Amino acid sequence: MGAQHDDLHDAADPHGRALRLGIGGPVGSGKTALVAALCRSLGPSMRLGVVTNDIYTTEDAEFLRRAGVLDPERILAVQTGCCPHTAIRDDIAANLDAVETLEERFGPLDLVIVESGGDNLTATFSRGLADRQIFVLDVSGGDKVPRKGGPGVTTADLLVVNKTDLAPLVGADLTVMSRDAAAVRDGRPVLFTSLREDRSAHSVAEWVTSLVNTWKHANDHVHEHTTPTTAA
Amino acid sequence: MRQDIGEGRGAGMRDRPSGDAALLLLADSRLPAGGHAHSGGAEEAVRLGTITGPEDLARFLRGRLATAGLVTAALAAAACELAAATADHPAEPYGQADGDGNTPDAGTDADPARPWRRLDAEADARTASPAQREASRVQGRLLIRTARRIWPSAVLDTLAKAVPEGAHHPIALGAAAASAGCDPYQAAMAAAYNSVTGPATAAVRLLGLDPVTVHRLLADLAPALNDAAHAACASLIDDVVPDGAPQNGPAHNAATQNGAAAKTRGSGWPALPGHTAPALDLLAEGHLNNPMKLFVS
Repeated sequence: MGAQHDDLHDAADPHGRALRLGIGGPVGSGKTALVAALCRSLGPSMRLGVVTNDIYTTEDAEFLRRAGVLDPERILAVQTGCCPHTAIRDDIAANLDAVETLEERFGPLDLVIVESGGDNLTATFSRGLADRQIFVLDVSGGDKVPRKGGPGVTTADLLVVNKTDLAPLVGADLTVMSRDAAAVRDGRPVLFTSLREDRSAHSVAEWVTSLVNTWKHANDHVHEHTTPTTAA
Repeated sequence: MRQDIGEGRGAGMRDRPSGDAALLLLADSRLPAGGHAHSGGAEEAVRLGTITGPEDLARFLRGRLATAGLVTAALAAAACELAAATADHPAEPYGQADGDGNTPDAGTDADPARPWRRLDAEADARTASPAQREASRVQGRLLIRTARRIWPSAVLDTLAKAVPEGAHHPIALGAAAASAGCDPYQAAMAAAYNSVTGPATAAVRLLGLDPVTVHRLLADLAPALNDAAHAACASLIDDVVPDGAPQNGPAHNAATQNGAAAKTRGSGWPALPGHTAPALDLLAEGHLNNPMKLFVS
């Protein structure tokens, strides 16, 4: 495509579909709160869809629908049969089906967020499902978690450390977490949030906006920039 | 000829690659086609206290194989056979008898979607529970999505278009099996195997059963799996033997209406089994009302 497409919404998207952003992390770290915050921040300027992967049926989807941050029909829930990591990594068929259903019903979309069910530090998204992924930790799990690493912490395109407001209460040292995360992440970004205090997740929303814009206009660079070189 | 399918090792098979390896891939629980999220009624049976341990589970699996397992095996075999027939002779009408009685413009002879819709309707007629129908169609849709990338074929494309909301799982499985190089017997085996391995794995996860004990149960079912696959293939005959056994369902009705035409290939599938399992139907419906369910079905 040689033509210039300046209109974000009508541009001939080089990928022909929305950016797919996976959000994973342990139970209770704030994944659903982050999705809600991103819907609040990005909803007014982007066409969004959300797929949730719940432990129990539609808990997270219902939370998001009740939160009123997005048209309830744009939120689909996938059930994972006791294995949340299987549904985002080893057998992504149901999630892909949900993502494409949203794109067919409401497309074209700019961004589809896939929230994983709460899982462990080894759970990451297949590249067949998510173009980029965020891993969400929280400080109350202890400040040693980034040092323990695991694929989520080390390879996610963005690491979010949530609940910084609790750090003094649980004796977590944010400096230690920041230093340890940097040591295992090979320069990939880390953002600290308190989603209870910042309900629009300002810094994360900025990062996502930049991703989406790059995805739509100059996809060649985004790969070089955020994908580990070993992935190619 | 068609009764020989069960043997599947005739001279005709030697000049084509064996589907054994493809069968392993197709039946493997690691096939990324969404099956891991379905318990086949096992989760509801556990919740109700019907399955509490290996003994209950063994009975549940045996019953499931003898009913839903056999029916899905036969449907998968029929789909595999249909796929092979239409792939070999794409222009040949299939599943449509002379003097069918249907409106002439309800799909022409050359419409490749027509026999697939008809076979899918056979599956629908054998699936009483709406919840099971939905679960079967979702799994069928996901399997076709996956199989089209692994074993691309015109048949899978045709099936996807013929039943856009998702063909029933055994129909998708049979078409995928044919595209992978399996014969109807292997397709039936994959379906029968799936019908017990999914619930067995679900029970391991839900009850914390010893996985080796449960695999022993599955091993004990091996002869029954063979029998089911053979019976499934034996049902792919052109005519029903008038032995007085009651035959119900649309396949039988179609065969009756078609009369003499039942002897032709176009008569449909008059001998497909229609064993029902009311308990499985009830479990599937009850499962939908469980607010704490982990599995889709």
